[in-house]
Amino acid sequence: MIKVLASNFGATIQDLGRTGFGSIGVPTSGTMDRYSSQLANLLLNNDKNAAVLEITFGGCKLLFETECTICITGADFSAKVDDKSIALNTVQHLKKNAILSFGKRIYGTRTYIAVKKGFQTEIILGSRSLYKGITSENVIRRGMYLPVHSNQLVVNRTFTSVKVNPLHFNSEIIECHKGPEFEFLSETQKKALLSTYFTISSNNNRMGYQLEELIKNDLASMLTSAVLQGTIQLTPSGKLIVLMRDCQVTGGYPRVLQLTENAINRLAQKTTGSNIQFVIKIKK
Amino acid sequence: MLDQLTYKSFGDRAILIEWPAEINNKTVKEILQFKEKVIQYKKDFVEDCIIGYHSLTILYIDDVIDFKTEVGSLKSIHLEASATLELETTLWKIPVCYDVTFGIDLEEISKTLKISKEEIIQLHSETIYTIFFIGFLPGFLYLGGLDNRLIIQRKPSPRLSVPKGSVAIGGSQTGVYPMDSAGGWNIIGKTPISFFDIEKINPCFAKPGDQIQFVPISLDEFKKVEMQVNIRLYKTLNSPSND
Repeated sequence: MIKVLASNFGATIQDLGRTGFGSIGVPTSGTMDRYSSQLANLLLNNDKNAAVLEITFGGCKLLFETECTICITGADFSAKVDDKSIALNTVQHLKKNAILSFGKRIYGTRTYIAVKKGFQTEIILGSRSLYKGITSENVIRRGMYLPVHSNQLVVNRTFTSVKVNPLHFNSEIIECHKGPEFEFLSETQKKALLSTYFTISSNNNRMGYQLEELIKNDLASMLTSAVLQGTIQLTPSGKLIVLMRDCQVTGGYPRVLQLTENAINRLAQKTTGSNIQFVIKIKK
Repeated sequence: MLDQLTYKSFGDRAILIEWPAEINNKTVKEILQFKEKVIQYKKDFVEDCIIGYHSLTILYIDDVIDFKTEVGSLKSIHLEASATLELETTLWKIPVCYDVTFGIDLEEISKTLKISKEEIIQLHSETIYTIFFIGFLPGFLYLGGLDNRLIIQRKPSPRLSVPKGSVAIGGSQTGVYPMDSAGGWNIIGKTPISFFDIEKINPCFAKPGDQIQFVPISLDEFKKVEMQVNIRLYKTLNSPSND
């Protein structure tokens, strides 16, 4: 078991998400930055869909009551084990009663902690991803216990340390496809959408990121239709909302752009005040 | 008929199929038939099919490598045996208590629309609604067929918390909140029936194409049914729908 000694608003357990239940209105969810969470599972030789702990903006403190093999990826929030720095993107072995904590932000927004064989929390509709109304808990709170496999002995200890692409955290370029309603925009609107240097507003979470700069919107309202992770909606007030992993399955605002999978991962590492620019991906 | 459909690429791994932008029972039937065929022919390649008022979005497991080829394949599936697929639909009778204890906006609606509370309840419960699709929240049914006389604007600012089971109207739509949630529709009653129960193999009993009729019940009956629902003894009344 891992005991949560401290947690902040954004800690959650996620796997690759709850797929195939969109037709009854269930969001997919899943880790916000799949690139980082998959890297952690890969380094641990875990199942692709193993559940990881996603921490937004550090602030977590965990007590390992079980000896554990772990890997930390994603944002660098100066992870420490018993006050000694611990490297990211590499397999680490934690002794019984080790305390993992986070400190100053170096880069990124979301940190992933994967344990050997994954967190063993409840499976609902085929997934361990926490979501309000679906799972019994929707956030990780202080005092909670996170179950892990007790047999954590490292047989083939790997010393692989992976260098992550710094662009994943630094790049301001967000690659997109044209959304289903893109062609309804005027030339001026299209130009604004693709040339504005956008700022992420404080209204950003697992459901979506709202942007500060407005696009003048005179499009007619549309009948409710599907939205996907990474869909950018243009609201009547001209605000743009980039839908993220916990987004609903349908929406009624024009879908002007659609982020690529990698762009969603990159955006997940950005936060309030970060700047981004949308670029249309050239189809091969 | 067929040339009325448009196919659009929607990101790396989805295709959006659109019918003319109208809300009607004929469109929903066609969408459901197409969806069944897609599942029948492409089950191993498709992650999910999401229905909208006049659209079907096919989300594939992997990236769509060649959009044109895939659209060609979808078109041929659509052409094939168009008329043979019969969809089984069900008419669900949903008990609703329209008492002002729950129907907290009834008085105001009555004033705004200049019709009596009794008429509102009658108009709302004598209609048979069609489920177009499920979205917004798990188990939230988008229903078509609201009587024109009940069309009313949404609340200027949404309530932060609408209790689970609340029956509401907004714009030309009506629906039931399947869980506690924020919401901007006008609340006219409450049903003790659960529209989304995670403990069940099939968490949402209703499906697109099915029909819903609301049956007015008293406050006492509401309490009885609520108790039966809580101990999972209540069986939602249904019959094969003949539409």
